[in-house]
Amino acid sequence: MKSNEYLREIEHLNLSIKAETVKALLHLGYGHFGGSLSISETLACLYGHYLHHDPANPKMADRDYLVLSKGHAGPALYATLALRGFIELETLKNINANGTLLPSHADMNKTAGVDMTTGSLGQGISCAMGIAMGTDTNVFAIVGDGELQEGQCWEAFQFAAHHQLNNLVVFVDYNKRQLDGYLDEIQKPFDLREKFQAFGFESVQVNGQDINQICGAIEQGLASKDKPTAIILDTEKGQGFPSIIEMSSNHHLRLDDDLRSAILKDLDVIEQRLESLK
Amino acid sequence: MSSELRHIHAETLLELARDHENLRVLEADLMGSVSTGKFQAEFPDQFIQCGIAEANMIGVAAGLSATGKVPFVHSFGCFITRRCYDQLFLSGGYAQQHINIFGSDAGVAAVTNGGTHMPFEDVGLMRLIPDSVVIEVSDAAVLKKAMHYSYQNPGVNYIRSTRKDLPELYLSPDEIEIGKGKVLREGDDLTIIASGLSVHDALEAAAEVEALMGKTVTVVDMHTIKPVDTELVIRCVNKTGKLLTVENHNVTGGLGDAVIAELLEAGVAPTAFRKIGVREQFGQVGSLDYLKDQYGISAQAITEAAIAILD
Ligand SMILES: Cc1ncc(C[n+]2csc(CCOP(=O)(O)OP(=O)(O)O)c2C)c(N)n1
Ligand SMILES: [Mg+2]
Repeated sequence: MKSNEYLREIEHLNLSIKAETVKALLHLGYGHFGGSLSISETLACLYGHYLHHDPANPKMADRDYLVLSKGHAGPALYATLALRGFIELETLKNINANGTLLPSHADMNKTAGVDMTTGSLGQGISCAMGIAMGTDTNVFAIVGDGELQEGQCWEAFQFAAHHQLNNLVVFVDYNKRQLDGYLDEIQKPFDLREKFQAFGFESVQVNGQDINQICGAIEQGLASKDKPTAIILDTEKGQGFPSIIEMSSNHHLRLDDDLRSAILKDLDVIEQRLESLK
Repeated sequence: MSSELRHIHAETLLELARDHENLRVLEADLMGSVSTGKFQAEFPDQFIQCGIAEANMIGVAAGLSATGKVPFVHSFGCFITRRCYDQLFLSGGYAQQHINIFGSDAGVAAVTNGGTHMPFEDVGLMRLIPDSVVIEVSDAAVLKKAMHYSYQNPGVNYIRSTRKDLPELYLSPDEIEIGKGKVLREGDDLTIIASGLSVHDALEAAAEVEALMGKTVTVVDMHTIKPVDTELVIRCVNKTGKLLTVENHNVTGGLGDAVIAELLEAGVAPTAFRKIGVREQFGQVGSLDYLKDQYGISAQAITEAAIAILD
């Protein structure tokens, strides 16, 4: 569907987001690695092409919006914003430092390019509804699959369908894991695609590591005339970093020497892939 | 046994469950943060994982209580109070159900989780529920006592705590009586009433003030914020005249307000009074020391306030 050149650029952005996110968290020594890494492909598609933005003018009137409802993935968003030029790449080292403008959870009043303050799961998605009503431009929102357990999400989805918010695209990061373990053990999500359909959404499920598929789904969502769209991203928590994926608990990591060196090895592979894309 | 308060919390739940078949533990996807995994392993039938749905969890707890079970629920202090306040208020308080609440990461103890996760209003909210009990944990013995008390006390019991360890103040939970503050240090010139982690900073400040000024300071650990120990407060203020309160919380609605209201209603006015706590600010990310500085609740800030009030 898309030219190879175009996909390569997005892939380059994706791998750069992964590398910069992980470098920043390695510097910090802890953080939400898993849930940050599972959305880099989607962030790359949005900021690499579909989300209308201007790093020099973050509040541009006709911009599109992104609400990172799973606000704990802030580091991945910061890496994206830095790579696009909203903030300096250098500042990624300041995540969570005293007095920082890059707090662990996304904050619209601190960071240029962040469109909504999030961190209490379930709240961002409702704010995305209000933004979608208040603007004629496109609004993208990313929710966690565990986050969907918050009833507020489903209040928001009913609202979106009733108001036919066709400028809204909701991504679900279906990485099958939350903080205490697997969704299947904590609370089964059942068929998310069907659930969204029953809530009046256009819904598709795609491989959340496949940039071509994600782009296709976004285009489908933007073409929708009278319905909001849900894109279920079939992802892996820690995507791109086998050492993180295989951990029994990978929501929030505190690094010891072994883990640090395992992650560094995976980072090497990512950097080699980046090199080969040049 | 580790002295981290989250481990004390988990161990005490195990202890209680061994004696009480009707105890239930409810988590909202933060079991990993307070080590209740051990509880789930030993008492799978008494453990209910509710997922990331705090409001539903409180309703479930109220329903369990209506069938004679005794639920202990947990989430971070912000989410277990603010995020489900109407459920706590109505399904809990108004419906007269028994719900024991553990709110972890009190105030600045939320450190790098930042503003969304840093409760400075939970004590105020929980005090406003009629007949509730509000306890803030200053050491492991207080936590154990608070949990045993909560099991026995039908109603809405809120325990506010940090997850990490705090220096030991008491040898055993038997030293603690819920509703009775503890005098940790006796003096003549100033009373400092504090709760939670601020008790430790108040003790440090009191020693500093005595060393610098030669004036003596009473320090009270007011672990039970509601009902507050009016008798003790009156006795201390009658002796020292001057009064400081210290809380890792908004100065509105918390310990300071509880103490001064009781005093004035009893017709006792301190000769000088100041509340130390968070004023018109939200939380933010940072290290514990940085945050105590930012919000004016460090030992140094308490020392300065004490010197100013004593001068
Ligand atoms: C209301 C609320 N409850 C609890 C938390 C603590 N918390 C942060 S992330 C998380 C798990 C999120 O799981 P999921 O939505 O699946 O995110 P992901 O797997 O993408 O990281 C929890 C419980 C929170 N931030 N907000
Ligand atoms: Mg998940």
